[in-house]
Amino acid sequence: MAHSADADFKTRLQAWIPKLVLSPSVAMMLVFVYGFILFSVYLSFTDSRLLPSYGWVGFENYSKLWRLSHWEISLKNMGIFAALYISICTAIGLGLAIFLDQKIRGEGLLRPIYLYPMALSFIVTGTAWKWFLDPGIGLENVMHTWGWESFRFNWIKDRDFAIYTVVIAAVWQTSGFVMAMFLAGLRGIDNEILKAAQMDGASNWNLYRRIIIPQLRPAFLSAFVILSHLAIKTFDLVIALTGGGPGRATELPATFMYSYTFSRNQMGIGAASATIMLMTIAAIMIPYLYSELREKR
Amino acid sequence: MRAILKTKAAIVGALMASTTVAAAGDVEVLHWWTSGGEAAALNVLKQDLEGQGIGWTDMPVAGGGGEQAMTVLRARVTAGNAPTAVQGLGFDILDWGNQGALADLNEVAAKEGWDDVVPDALKAFAKVDGKWVSAPVNVHSTNWVWANKAVLDANGIGVPTNWEEFTAALDTLKAAGITPIAHGGQAWQEATVFDAIAMSVLGPDGYKAAFIDLDEETLGSDAMKEAFDRMAVIRANVDDNFSGRDWNLATAMVINGEAGFQMMGDWAKGEFLNAGKVPGEDFLCFRFPGTTEQVTFNADQFMMFDQGGAVSTEQAALASAILSPSFQSAFNVVKGSVPARTDVSDADFDACGKQGMKDLAAAAASGNLFGSMAHGHAAPASVKNAIYDVVTAHFNGEYDSQTAVEELVDAVSIAK
Amino acid sequence: MSVASQDTAIRTGRVTRKLIYLVLVLFALFYMLPLYVMLVNSVKPLSEITGGGMMNLPQAFTLEPWAKAWSSAQIGVEPTGLAPYFWNSIKMVVPAVAVSTVLGALNGYVLTKWRFRYDTILFGLMLFACFIPFQIVLIPMARMLGLMGLAGTTWGLALVHVVYGIGFTTLYFRNYYAVFPTELIRAAQIDGAGFFQIFWRILLPSSGPIAVVSVIWQFTNIWNDFLFGASFAGADSQPMTVALNNLVQASHGVKEYNVHFAGAILAAMPTLLVYIVAGRYFVRGLMAGSVKG
Repeated sequence: MAHSADADFKTRLQAWIPKLVLSPSVAMMLVFVYGFILFSVYLSFTDSRLLPSYGWVGFENYSKLWRLSHWEISLKNMGIFAALYISICTAIGLGLAIFLDQKIRGEGLLRPIYLYPMALSFIVTGTAWKWFLDPGIGLENVMHTWGWESFRFNWIKDRDFAIYTVVIAAVWQTSGFVMAMFLAGLRGIDNEILKAAQMDGASNWNLYRRIIIPQLRPAFLSAFVILSHLAIKTFDLVIALTGGGPGRATELPATFMYSYTFSRNQMGIGAASATIMLMTIAAIMIPYLYSELREKR
Repeated sequence: MRAILKTKAAIVGALMASTTVAAAGDVEVLHWWTSGGEAAALNVLKQDLEGQGIGWTDMPVAGGGGEQAMTVLRARVTAGNAPTAVQGLGFDILDWGNQGALADLNEVAAKEGWDDVVPDALKAFAKVDGKWVSAPVNVHSTNWVWANKAVLDANGIGVPTNWEEFTAALDTLKAAGITPIAHGGQAWQEATVFDAIAMSVLGPDGYKAAFIDLDEETLGSDAMKEAFDRMAVIRANVDDNFSGRDWNLATAMVINGEAGFQMMGDWAKGEFLNAGKVPGEDFLCFRFPGTTEQVTFNADQFMMFDQGGAVSTEQAALASAILSPSFQSAFNVVKGSVPARTDVSDADFDACGKQGMKDLAAAAASGNLFGSMAHGHAAPASVKNAIYDVVTAHFNGEYDSQTAVEELVDAVSIAK
Repeated sequence: MSVASQDTAIRTGRVTRKLIYLVLVLFALFYMLPLYVMLVNSVKPLSEITGGGMMNLPQAFTLEPWAKAWSSAQIGVEPTGLAPYFWNSIKMVVPAVAVSTVLGALNGYVLTKWRFRYDTILFGLMLFACFIPFQIVLIPMARMLGLMGLAGTTWGLALVHVVYGIGFTTLYFRNYYAVFPTELIRAAQIDGAGFFQIFWRILLPSSGPIAVVSVIWQFTNIWNDFLFGASFAGADSQPMTVALNNLVQASHGVKEYNVHFAGAILAAMPTLLVYIVAGRYFVRGLMAGSVKG
């Protein structure tokens, strides 16, 4: 096919414009995300203390890291927290979405009530929940004044249970958002399939189990991505709610990395912990991303 | 409503923008005194400087007792626009000095004769390589015990002079249904208590060996185990709700008579004074039994950051104002600490303040003035936090005394 | 009320419906509880709060804590309240949200309608970049801002938020545009329309719902951010979150809980407003393709 020189140039330009438009974002991402990640990984092999310094020390920071019981506690807490947070948020989100989808009167009122916690900053959430959970002035005290003398709810002060209070506050904050995602997914399901199944005599329970929930797979995966991302980044909430305490009972890798880098002047160890965190994230996210994006083609 | 608020905010914002851009004639101060008496006292400094025609750009960052501020400081230094002066304590100052980030204040120091009036132990944290790099604001002492006099009198308890008398007093109070020791369950508070106990058990030489020289033998010694055993006694004498409690809420317990004693630094005095209590009549202040001769201290200082070469007149003026006898007296009367210079008159201070100043001078002269381990004046931040971890874990029942000692040795060696 | 969409075909019995309503109301109480506690205690005088009774309605109603939080609470050396910092936050948030949303839209457009080699990998990289914990980038970013001469400025802070928000906005727009009929694009191309013309005339007009999602998400995250705001803002551009933190986390002096709560709600007002006003578009926007994966 023959093109005039004009059209040739125009077509070639058109081919380049999309890439040009995309390039600032790509450049920013390469520098400010991946560049910094590499920098951080590099720092984990140096003797950085107060500020970055570039003396190579090999794996010394990593060996120190794994000798710290503090780190093990952080990892264990992360496991408990993430598992509970993600599963409970998903369960509540799905449940509420299914209920709300039942032609409920007052949905317009309920939905913002479920969603609004997401609008609050963690400083606000942490302050409010810290109060509420404190046995001296919070729920336990209220129950006592209402007459239920033997009510005990001092989890936030208990070394073994404090992490669960973090779960409660975090679930409170995000389950509404998960509900919105599932609600959107539910509303996108084709009613004809449901009607056909109903005509075949399927019960509600079966309808949900066999048709609706499987169709929500994309929503499940999106919820998983958003929740895991929030779980890993949980930092402000812990600081505001428990400060990592009692003792070290609510330390998470993010708070660990922060304190070792910025207040304990052990930036090398902080960077090592950050690298481990990133590797864990990669191990979970990359397979998911790969499977998700491959289907597109 | 929002429109009105927005316009007002806009006007205020414009005003602030025009007056607070850090021009050449300004000082920018990063600190975490964002409330109460300290902020008011700092305001006095601000106005003093404004009287000299120097603007004060305030950069407050609260949280974690300075933790957030230190993070912000790192970002600022890395970005190349360090503030003029930054609140700092102990080893943090030395760390920054060793990085070469601090300014050389020797000229001002020589002119005003700082070397003669600041105690040696404090100078160790204000000078790097013989150069003055920061201006000390105060000297806090941490081995105090605060007591509600009425409670003690009602139970026939006098000021304890040794550990046995102290434990006897605790038992009496417990039997009477009063919380013996008001305590807040935060790592630094447990470390403060441990600080005093360790000093009383190890003595000044042992304290120095363990926490300043970081000698492994002393850290792992039987004396250290005894210190942890005594910590366990303290643990048995606090109320059930101690975990996470802020220090000033614990002080409130003593003020109200709910508790008998609090082991806390002298910033607690401010709480008593704010509640209208009089030292000697309503509350008592005494050194932890076994540490009467010693003073473990920590000092707030403003470290001056290098602004690109010479010390500016504004920076010098700020440093000079901080160490002026009038500011030292005015600020410390409010803060509960004692002045950083030994030649300030104690006329304006209350009974406990006067006692503190006397103790400081005596301890400095007799070689009993030590930096507090719990407040970053004995060992660098990494070691301090490692010790925190062990002490707080032990206090919360995670370790027994023997394990705690072993963990202590281990933790310090990793952190060094 | 309900979203203008198909209602579910599920039918439920009366008892089940009553149970459903019960559960929904219980959860609504659960979500409202902390806000109720904060509101109720923000209008009590301090003496009433320290006396106990967190859940009780105020005996002596007072708006003084609110006035104090807004204009006279001690934030630093001076008792300025939160007011001046509000404006700082707005100056920073508005450009950051606008730029990141526009860039996200353009990116989404390119990645779905102008395919080229490796574009999926690029998208995967952008998606993975969403996960980076911010503490890691603090120091290197400070260095970069210093080098660019943007340290301590509102623009510097806005830039940081744009950089770390693009991953999300691209995700939202890309998923939305992915289900947008490509035939329309092809038809326009045949008619001779260029890259930007197609975007402007065809895609943008129907991007309303997803733009709302993106704006809400970005506004919330940037408005509520503390770490970047504290580290990269100069003394005259500190955002409201830093001021709130200074108010709430002050380590000395009497804790005025009522002022803290009033301040916290004031700080949350803009985002709450956004959620209430635009909330219904939120679900609609999520519905229109983004959760289909």
